[in-house]
Amino acid sequence: MTPRPMGPLPLDVPVPGSSFTDLLDAVGAGPALTIPENAQIPVVPEGTTVLAMRFEGGVVIAGDRRATEGHLVAHRRIQKVFEADRYSAVAIAGTAGLAIDMVRLFQVELEHYEKIEGVRLSLEGKASFLARLVRSQLPMAFQGLVVVPLFAGYDELEATGRVYTYDVVGGRYEEIEFGSTGSGSRLAKAYLRTAYRPDLTSDEAAQLAVRALVSASQEDTATGGPDLTRGILPNVMTIDSDGLRELADDVIMPFAEEAVETIR
Amino acid sequence: MSVPFYVAPEQLVRDKAEFARKGIAKGRSIVAVDYADGVLLLAENPSTALHKISEVYDRIAFAGVGKYNEFETLRKAGIRQADLMGYLYSRHDVTAMGLATAFAQTLGMIFTRDPKPYEVEILIAEISEDGDEHRLYRVTYDGTLLDERKFVAIGGKSDELTEALDELWAEDMSLQEAFQAGAEAFRRAEGRESEGWEVAVLDESNGRRAFRRIDPTEFESQ
Repeated sequence: MTPRPMGPLPLDVPVPGSSFTDLLDAVGAGPALTIPENAQIPVVPEGTTVLAMRFEGGVVIAGDRRATEGHLVAHRRIQKVFEADRYSAVAIAGTAGLAIDMVRLFQVELEHYEKIEGVRLSLEGKASFLARLVRSQLPMAFQGLVVVPLFAGYDELEATGRVYTYDVVGGRYEEIEFGSTGSGSRLAKAYLRTAYRPDLTSDEAAQLAVRALVSASQEDTATGGPDLTRGILPNVMTIDSDGLRELADDVIMPFAEEAVETIR
Repeated sequence: MSVPFYVAPEQLVRDKAEFARKGIAKGRSIVAVDYADGVLLLAENPSTALHKISEVYDRIAFAGVGKYNEFETLRKAGIRQADLMGYLYSRHDVTAMGLATAFAQTLGMIFTRDPKPYEVEILIAEISEDGDEHRLYRVTYDGTLLDERKFVAIGGKSDELTEALDELWAEDMSLQEAFQAGAEAFRRAEGRESEGWEVAVLDESNGRRAFRRIDPTEFESQ
């Protein structure tokens, strides 16, 4: 690896506060997010169903692995659930290309703030910032390129898990039990409504999340069910006072097998 | 129009250097010590609120001595530069060498161009990805960049600390041993007990972000 030489640090440019997004804008590298009004929007990959739910002392967040282009399957092992920082995760639905970029910016933003200020943003602070990112996409959303994230994390101040859902205009809503977004979200929520209990353990919540995704995949063609022959399993993460943990495939596999067996 | 007095460049540089060195000598020193699993950064710092050591990037740490507001300005500029590079290119494209060069250029420019030089000295540490020796860089007030191995000391007592560490440093020390060596070096250099430690490590076992602060009482209890 050859070190890349950098120029002198720009100490005298008007540097913003602790926000990386503002810094990007200040150096002119911010995302340019306008397209002409009469532009033809091509068919681009879209992410589908993601969900999150609270359990005792934490939160679980999960997503299927499919991305679609119209009626076609664009990707069958795309990742839609991402670690945001040690105590939070973000999942995405909608235009995959824009959403993945939004997550990348969000991740750097949280880490940047933490390094500059020496403390992490509060969970609510992170959720609010994500709302701002969603709102900055508004012109694109009006032209059909919609990004709707789902945010879940462990609130270190209140010692509890929290789930936030968003709408296209950047509205932020805290869910007291569970939240879901994407094409199969109604089906997933319908399943969760009958099966959810607030006193779930972390493992039970993870299992329930997989069942809800499998349930959604039964009727929503855009949601990919577990593909046991190819070994394509949903992404599941749990977050509690110990931080974020991504479940390994061999942990998810029994959940997926059980869900495929029982859900008809 | 008045004509400014002529001052020989040698005189000007000497005066500025003396001024900066005096400022730096007022502050307390910092050492970085290579140990078996990473790099230990140790600063004598009675304050628990104002940090002299900080995380810059995944495997890179920063430490500064001298005027707080000046090295804090440099620290933030370094983090901004690192995060920008990592975001626009790849996380692998951010290296301690690149950052140290940027700090050196910045300090060099300030030293020659500004009426008052920065009264700071900077230390950049990076743990290597391939198990090689870890990299330690020292940048002085005039932008001189020094590439060190095994250990490095910055601040007013850097010569004494280097001399002590020459004797105390050993290959493959544990974290505890590295702390003991660093603390003993301070004891010899300062000729007194420390008024409080600020400790941090860059350690492979911490995952992607290798930086971690350590409560110094962890060492004393052992």
